[in-house]
Amino acid sequence: MANETTAASKPKAQQLLDWIDARFPLTVLWKQHAAEYYAPKNFNFWYYFGSLALLVLVNQIVTGIFLTMNYKPDANLAFASVEYIMREVPWGWLIRYMHSTGASAFFIVVYLHMFRGLMYGSYRKPRELTWIFGVLIFLCLMAEAFFGYLLPWGQMSYWGAQVIVNLFGAIPVIGEDLAIWIRGDYVVSDVTLNRFFALHVIAIPLVLLGLVVAHLIALHETGSNNPDGVEIKKNLDPKTGHPVDGIPFHPYYTVKDIFGVTVFLLVFSVITFFAPEMGGYFLEYNNFIPADPLKTPEHIAPVWYFTPFYSILRATTENVMWVLALFVALIAALTFFTAKSQKARISAVVVAAVLIVGFFTLEAKVWGVVLMGVSVMIFFVLPWLDRSPVKSIRYKGPIYKIALTLFVISFFILGYLGVLSPTPGRTLVSQICMFVYFSFFLLMPWYSAMDRTKPEPERVK
Amino acid sequence: MSNAHDATLDSGLGEPTDKTRRNLLVATCAAGGAATAAAVWPFVASLAPSERTKAAGAPVEVDISKLEPGQLQVVEWRGKPVWILRRTQEMLASLKQAEPKLADPQSEKPNQPEYAKNESRSIKDEYLVVVGICTHLGCSPTKLSEAQEGAGFLCPCHGSRFDYAGRVFANMPAPDNLIVPPHQYLSDTRLLIGEDTKGA
Repeated sequence: MANETTAASKPKAQQLLDWIDARFPLTVLWKQHAAEYYAPKNFNFWYYFGSLALLVLVNQIVTGIFLTMNYKPDANLAFASVEYIMREVPWGWLIRYMHSTGASAFFIVVYLHMFRGLMYGSYRKPRELTWIFGVLIFLCLMAEAFFGYLLPWGQMSYWGAQVIVNLFGAIPVIGEDLAIWIRGDYVVSDVTLNRFFALHVIAIPLVLLGLVVAHLIALHETGSNNPDGVEIKKNLDPKTGHPVDGIPFHPYYTVKDIFGVTVFLLVFSVITFFAPEMGGYFLEYNNFIPADPLKTPEHIAPVWYFTPFYSILRATTENVMWVLALFVALIAALTFFTAKSQKARISAVVVAAVLIVGFFTLEAKVWGVVLMGVSVMIFFVLPWLDRSPVKSIRYKGPIYKIALTLFVISFFILGYLGVLSPTPGRTLVSQICMFVYFSFFLLMPWYSAMDRTKPEPERVK
Repeated sequence: MSNAHDATLDSGLGEPTDKTRRNLLVATCAAGGAATAAAVWPFVASLAPSERTKAAGAPVEVDISKLEPGQLQVVEWRGKPVWILRRTQEMLASLKQAEPKLADPQSEKPNQPEYAKNESRSIKDEYLVVVGICTHLGCSPTKLSEAQEGAGFLCPCHGSRFDYAGRVFANMPAPDNLIVPPHQYLSDTRLLIGEDTKGA
């Protein structure tokens, strides 16, 4: 009773908040994740992309919900229903262009976000799980983009799906049945369209949202990394107990991020309104032709964000297998002569032997699929490949700077070549880039350990 | 579940674990696990082709009486393009020339029924029946005109080349020759694709 009377003297809004807090930790959560979440004070340009990714996610979900209100997941109706959205639904064209531009924007933002991680060592201890959740989000994003791309039921949708599902057919023994199981038919058909729709609008988004929450919880547990790669929790203010180099996320970074959002929306709007097809890169021209299972388009290329990995698939031909074998042998030899534990030495030799035998017994096509998968999955183990004593590129030596530059260049070249049709010359270039790509990761344990690093400062600059 | 909690709590406090309860707990978990696994199965199985889809994969009958020499007819079977190419004498002659450059000239891999495992990969030399889907990643190759050098079929996706018997050239992305579907001649001009036992 006494409590009730003191509560009554408070303002109405405060009373409501108290009522909620007694039942749900609203204020606690707000403090934990915003008002009293201390982030390093030296965030720079590269730290915009996390919040922007969240913004694009919201954009995709909201526009996606409205698109499903008019879209029909039926092979006979799908293409026309998209045109209906574009031409007859009030503002339908805008909602659809926001969704299609959002898909490409998502990958641009996420690639930049990941590059930030590579530069400043955000994947290093103690943020390995934040990184792993991030890579899982990236995988979900790829699945989401792939399933979504079938829905307009254009020529590129159809044949792109055909090519990717057949990748599973390359798996020895079970491959063919697995591909039929995925499609639910002997070819990509209405059945496939219907299930891809279900996966695109329900299954994957649910998983994606859960992973985003996990990514943020893990991040807020360890605290954010920063361009100096210095742990701000090492220097706490003795009076407040807060990091001396930290500032509350709200209002400091909420305001900064809102500025980022306005700049992003400016660019996003220009593309959405004036160049939604982006010269055939965001929306491929062949996809304005309805799907025809009996006629393959002259040239099939995935959307730009898949092309680096697709290039790796194509670069794995019969005549590159011996180079791969040499590469695996090199890694195994390096491991054998430098690893401290007997177990690591033996397993390196065994794994290498199995792989090399596999290279010359299974078809190159199978290895193309495997290498494409590995080129994405390898991001998972990055935290354990980097042996540098420092996190940030600011204090890493010349070797890492060169390695990262070469990696980015090879990623761009692979991406560019993946859009084009293959010629012997282009295949050779993509094969070289593929080796650069994998070397960045697989040689990292050695080059990161021998690099000449500068000492990390005590506090952020 | 509360039992599980109690059991671990008890042993944690130093009291002896109740063996009977523990065994019952393990048995319950095992039964529950099996039931869950069994419940997953219908969902996994529901993704397989349905009865209607399977029925749509029934054999198709084709009239080939109007096919001119050198002409390619495309029919749909199980949603896949099946090619029927009436080969000219020049096309048949080109098969021999191509042989040294092929990956599997003798068609050793089982990509064709026994009755088509011969030089021309066909029942009748004149007619080639193959599934027009590249064995690399499922694109549909195009027929090159005979005037083009080493003519045959070219896959537009990744550049795989095939001769007029659907045999792949060496060092191409496609690993295998084009697949010959099961088929049979009902008469001289009627072809059944998808089935190869007469009267069945």
